[in-house]
Formats: sequence, C-alpha cells, structure tokens
Amino acid sequence: MTATHEPATGVDEIDTDPAALHPITITVNGTTHRLAVEGRRLLVDVLRQDLRLTGTHTGCDQGVCGVCTVRLDGATVRSCITLAVQADGADVRTIEGVAPDTRTLHPVQQAFWEKQGLQCGFCTPGMVLRVQEILEQNPCPTRAQVREGISSNLCRCTGYQFIVDAAVEAAERMAEGS
Amino acid sequence: MKPPPFSYHRGRTVEHAAELLRELGPSARLLAGGQSLLPMLNLRLAEPAHLVDLGSAPGLDAIRRDGDLLVVGATARQAAVENSADVRSLVPLLAEAVEHVAHPPIRHRGTVVGSIAHASAVAELPCAALALDAQLTLLSADGVRTVGAEDFFTGAFTTSARADEIVAQVAFPVTGPGTGQAWSEFSLRRGNFPVAGAGVSITVADGEIVDVAIAICGVSDRPVRARAAEAALLGSRPDPETVAAAAAASVAELTPRGAGDLAAHILPVVAAPVPAWGYRASVAKSQVRRAVTTALTRAGGVR
Repeated sequence: MTATHEPATGVDEIDTDPAALHPITITVNGTTHRLAVEGRRLLVDVLRQDLRLTGTHTGCDQGVCGVCTVRLDGATVRSCITLAVQADGADVRTIEGVAPDTRTLHPVQQAFWEKQGLQCGFCTPGMVLRVQEILEQNPCPTRAQVREGISSNLCRCTGYQFIVDAAVEAAERMAEGS
Repeated sequence: MKPPPFSYHRGRTVEHAAELLRELGPSARLLAGGQSLLPMLNLRLAEPAHLVDLGSAPGLDAIRRDGDLLVVGATARQAAVENSADVRSLVPLLAEAVEHVAHPPIRHRGTVVGSIAHASAVAELPCAALALDAQLTLLSADGVRTVGAEDFFTGAFTTSARADEIVAQVAFPVTGPGTGQAWSEFSLRRGNFPVAGAGVSITVADGEIVDVAIAICGVSDRPVRARAAEAALLGSRPDPETVAAAAAASVAELTPRGAGDLAAHILPVVAAPVPAWGYRASVAKSQVRRAVTTALTRAGGVR
C-alpha cells in the first residue's frame, strides 16, 4: 500500500528537473520553428542564440531600456522579460522581418536613415518596431505624442530629436503611400 | 544574464495550477504576465525552485460586469483593461491608474491582478485596489475565499494570500451617480514608479460628500488608506481649504521611515537613490489634494 506517497489531488507525476526541455512552436518573421527549451530560457536568447537573429539586442535585462523590443502577436513586448515558453504558439516579428524585401527598407527604416534617427544603432531595432506600432495606432501623431510613445525606449546618442523627426517623416510617407 | 534554474509547469486550468502549487510547496511561484517577476529572476533577487505558469489557462483573462462589480481575471493584461470601455465608464480610477503603469510594451504583457498580487508599496494598481475596496478571490486546492484589499496587503511585497493560493480574480465596485474618481502621481521619469501617488473615489449628494476613499502609495511598506483625510472630508461641503486640510492630514498618521527602510520596502531593484520620506510625504500630500480636487470636479460637486 503506497497511497501515502501518492498525490492526493490527482496531479500527474510532476517532473521537477530544471533542465527539462519544453517543446514550443513559434513563428518568427513568417517562419515556424519547433524548439525545445528550458523553462528559464528567455525569448531574447532564443531569438539571438538559437535562431541567430541578432538584430534584437540585449540591454538592461530588466525591462527598462527597450532594446530587446519585438512584436508578439502584433504588440511590442520586452523579449528579455518574456520566457520563451510564454511565447509558445505566438507570432513574433523582429527587426529582421520589418523590411518588405532585401532591397527595400520599410518607410520607418527609410525615415530613420534619412533623418539620422540613429547614431550608434543599439536602440534602433527596438525604436523602429515601437515607432511602427505607434504609427499603426495613430497614423498622424504630433511630436509630443511620438515623444510620449517612445518614452518606453532609451537612446543615449541622439537626444531623441532626430528619432522624433524620423517618426514624423515616416508618418507623412506612409500617409502618401496609402 | 538569465534566470536561475527552476522547474517550469504550465497550469492547464486555474484549478490545475492550484494543485501544482499545493504539490510543489512554498518554493513555487506563480507566473502571470511576468513583468515584475522576470526582472527579479534575471537579477536573481528571486530564486523560486518552481514556476507555475497561469498564462495559458483558459477563461482567466475576462473583464466583465457582474451586477455591481467589475471583475478582472487573473491573466487580463493591463493593456486590455486600459482599453476597455467598460472599465473606463464603470471604474474610472482603475482605468486612470493603469495608464500610469510603466510603458505600453510592459502593459501589453503585465496583468492587473498580477501587479496587485505582487503588492509593491509604490505601484499604482495595489493602491487603486485599496482605494476602491476591491475584493480579491483567492483560490487554492482547498477552495475559494474572498479577501478585501485592506486585509490583503500586509507588508512589503507581502500579502495575506498563502503560498498555495492564487488570486484568481479581483472585483471592483462599479461607480454610481454622483461619484467622481481620480488617480494622481508624481514620478521622476515617465513610466517610473511614482515617488508617491493617490487614488480617490468621492460620492457627492446635494453638495455634500457622502462617501470618500483615499489611498496613497510610496509612503509606507504597503499602500495605505488616508483615514484622517477621509474623515476630514466626509460630511463636508468641500471648498479648497477643506481639501487642503484633508491633504495635510493624509500623511500625518504615518511613521517617518529611514532611507534604508524605504529602499528595502519600496524597490527590489535600487538603481537610483530612493527619495527621502519627508519628500515622499510632501509629494503624497500634493497628489491627495490634486486627486481629491479632480474627483470632486468629476462628481459634479466642486464649487
């Protein structure tokens, strides 16, 4: 009789090995990947190390700086404070998936290029994804609305002025194009 | 940098998650949106042996009206609450407070209930829940019990929920006619935790304050009700002097705290000097005055 050792509540036997691998399926920039990851694996590390998509950067690792920004089912999120297992089944878009093809920049990228919306470039992938989302939600933002919108992402080079210029320029281009 | 090792478990339902918590014991932590827990894991300020993920349990992300209550499920995202027309019209204080939580990319993942359960002394949502007399539904393998917000927050990041209990939902009373609500806070940078903040709900009838609730954050080890300020306003026909006197009373009963004490209570991650208590108290008084004034205007009772 071993009943005293059995869970009273009907939970299946629990695997408490931290190294256990969990199967996940994520679609990144249109390509579906089936992976097996440890529970503690961060989404940013899956993107950068497992999938070699190094456009998504690692900065503060605590959700403050925004350089790890990706779009998860369309919404910008911090991939450094998102576990890969939490992204199971999700559609992920990174900076590598923003341009329509290898020869053409997205209007937001083109505007960053033309308005010098970057210097060192470290914040740029997150900034581009965040500006893209801001313009989707509000196609004609004021400068103040852009400043408010990108306050989630830190830039230590530009002083933000040229990033705001780029966002406003991109809004105009996208309005003309549509 | 990466989180410390933990075993990962996906709750298929909220009941299954509760059973997992019971089986795994007190070294297990619950994961909802992860926007408070993941930074703490990355910085190794928390090292749970096990994580139980509530994220994919069905039916927990609802935001629905139930009679006189607006019920927010355990996995309802802050962004969903922020964008809910029901929340805006039925519990305007919650809608206004959630707008101040971090930044949109955080609110896309973070949950309202998770932030309340995390019980930070400076965060907006625990304070708003306290001002609103929210009712928390705690679910465990033993069953369900309901706890009021005032009994829920017991200290710094500490609540009356047991380790094997899940905050399955939080119910906020919906506002009626004559009620005005407001959130006001001051933070050093956009999206930061406030130095201090205040949530206010006031009901005015025939020019007289017939009900008032004021909660403040940033001045103690938990969000606190400003009872003396409430007493100063209740039954009054408010004018600016009465409001100023109530604001002054709002921090009078609190114990001044040293900087080290505050740092330990307020932020798990101290990346910058923590403002001294006197400054926090001064800011809190201003936020009470502003929130009361705005709430009165919204209640239609300002003169």
